[in-house]
Amino acid sequence: MHMSEQVNQQRGGSAMPTAGDWTPDMVRDEADALKHKPGALLPILHAVQNRIGYIPEGAVAIIAEALQQTRAEVHGVISFYHHFRTHPVGSKVIHVCRAEACQSMGGRALEAHIKARLGVDYHGTTADNEFTLEPVYCLGNCACAPSIRVNDDIHGRITPQKFDRLADKLTTATLAIR
Amino acid sequence: MATRIYVPCDTTALSMGADEVAGLIEHYAGIRGVDIELVRNGSRGLFWLEPLVEVETATGRIGYGPVEPDDVPGLVEAGLFEGQSDHPLFLGPVADIPYLKRQQRLTFSRIGITDPLSIADYRAHGGFDGLDKAVLLSPQAIVDEVKASGLRGRGGAAFPTGIKWQTVHDEPWQQQKYIVCNADEGDSGTFADRLAMECDPYMLIEGMAIAGLAVGATHGFIYLRSEYPVAHRILEEALHRAETEGYLGNDVRGSGRAFHLEVRLAAGAYICGEETSLLESLEGKRGLVRAKPPLPAIKGLFGQPTVVNNVLSFAAVPFILSQGGQAYADYGMGRSRGTLPVQLAGNIRQGGLVELAFGVSLKEILEDFGGGTFSGRPMKAVQVGGPLMAYMPESKWETPMDYEAFGQLGAGIGHGGVVVFDDTVDMGEQARFAMEFCTVESCGKCTPCRIGSVRGVEVIDRIRAGENREANLVLLEELCETMVDGSLCAMGGMTPFPVQSVMKHFPDDLTA
Repeated sequence: MHMSEQVNQQRGGSAMPTAGDWTPDMVRDEADALKHKPGALLPILHAVQNRIGYIPEGAVAIIAEALQQTRAEVHGVISFYHHFRTHPVGSKVIHVCRAEACQSMGGRALEAHIKARLGVDYHGTTADNEFTLEPVYCLGNCACAPSIRVNDDIHGRITPQKFDRLADKLTTATLAIR
Repeated sequence: MATRIYVPCDTTALSMGADEVAGLIEHYAGIRGVDIELVRNGSRGLFWLEPLVEVETATGRIGYGPVEPDDVPGLVEAGLFEGQSDHPLFLGPVADIPYLKRQQRLTFSRIGITDPLSIADYRAHGGFDGLDKAVLLSPQAIVDEVKASGLRGRGGAAFPTGIKWQTVHDEPWQQQKYIVCNADEGDSGTFADRLAMECDPYMLIEGMAIAGLAVGATHGFIYLRSEYPVAHRILEEALHRAETEGYLGNDVRGSGRAFHLEVRLAAGAYICGEETSLLESLEGKRGLVRAKPPLPAIKGLFGQPTVVNNVLSFAAVPFILSQGGQAYADYGMGRSRGTLPVQLAGNIRQGGLVELAFGVSLKEILEDFGGGTFSGRPMKAVQVGGPLMAYMPESKWETPMDYEAFGQLGAGIGHGGVVVFDDTVDMGEQARFAMEFCTVESCGKCTPCRIGSVRGVEVIDRIRAGENREANLVLLEELCETMVDGSLCAMGGMTPFPVQSVMKHFPDDLTA
């Protein structure tokens, strides 16, 4: 578990989330760099989440101060959008499409399989901290359904067997980097 | 001379292994000492053939597909680099593939042909001709051209684009105005916006710049859904290059007029595809819908006059300006002018983008292009226009693709997505999902949508469990009416449409 954090640190800011440390300066840097933009809150939240992996509770006051908004306003925006998360996630986030085009191609069975294989429900993180599972409503890959997203990679025509192979490969890949 | 090989780089091709295929092709070319130039083109939109590898030959571009990584050694052996035909994946000249040849691609004329990020490619295929023309026209003349085209908003509401532009144009010019592109393509079964952005991004940039010149807006935003990481990457790079080359910035093509454009990433809320919710989100707020009036054209982003259009509406504009509004209006039927990019998806053998003039029947698209279901089983239901639209049974498939014809059936074309289901689908479950989706995605501002959807799931569960069935069916009907009549926006107002269509056309599934 701690090793995958290390992997993420090696990859730098663009990598997926770690449960690792964050500092108020990280949040302040991102907020200061963007606060001059009109409607800056969403860009700032994206920047913070990209850098830290999630939006820590302690970031809310810093962002609110930078934008001269109340903490309630910032919190309200974070909680409105599915994309923003307030807890650390596993080293890979798997989004499973739940929408109609994927349903028509066995998406419901795939969802059930993935949950069983990983042993978590939506919004959950596996015990080894490898995977966090999230639902998504459409990845725009509807002619090659069903689809999932692993970090920024979309995978089409996923069957339970293909998912298992992918999950094995992703786990092994992390081990290999170790 | 190097042989030019094309391997697409759009989301679908990548999702089917295009990067690995491209890497292997380079690897084998190296081993064999063949000099190749690998181009990462956009997708042609023939998704069942992705990754579709093309080789440039003296007789045109020859296609092979769908190419899986394991196929590459055999393809190379069979003469891939020479465009040889001796392989089961050989497709012949790509331009002659009937699926492509039979289309009327006005908007998507360049996808798959060009390198999406090459401005030279874009220009060589007529790109920026519309903007160059617009620069020489008066703002009113640009608006008139769009009006003449008969273009209606392609996001789903089908409001005449020219009228919207006129409204913003007529607002006083001594104030900040905005151009906003709704690229929050959230409807399942739709991917045309994504294709436009990933495979021909300058087309969107050009359309928005023309809109800026037409209404006097100096700043534009593309509100892009966060579920599209590939489109995001490509758009950012395209914007950078367009600005460097003077297509955006303080002096657009020497016009002396400014147009600045930036991408803003959404954050996974379906409701933000609704234009007022989108504007709230762009302002940095929760995406709660606004009551209309005032219209965004008069009080939009930050309270300023704002054109909000879908990607496909802006994408149609370069053609309209370069070829003339009439050339666009010459296609179509009735009040639906021009072409509709249909997106064929779900359980379909040949899924992809089918751009045709309005008027073609749904059945022709399903059979002649789609070629039946992917599973090989009979088709049972088709949902056209996204999760808020009706499920259509076979008896309605003769309907021509026309806003009014679909409207008369209580259905809609929406954004042109077509999701096909085979006979294993449980339509009762689909009805339930429509309500469930609304519970997840409602912004919560109005009660019929926020509470109605939760009650909808409960009532449908009771009906399916056989609990007090007759009374609960009446209750569900009444609940649907309340949501349709009492909701603030289309989310709650249209969520009942798929449910009602199941009650009407597939009642046995609901009570099975």
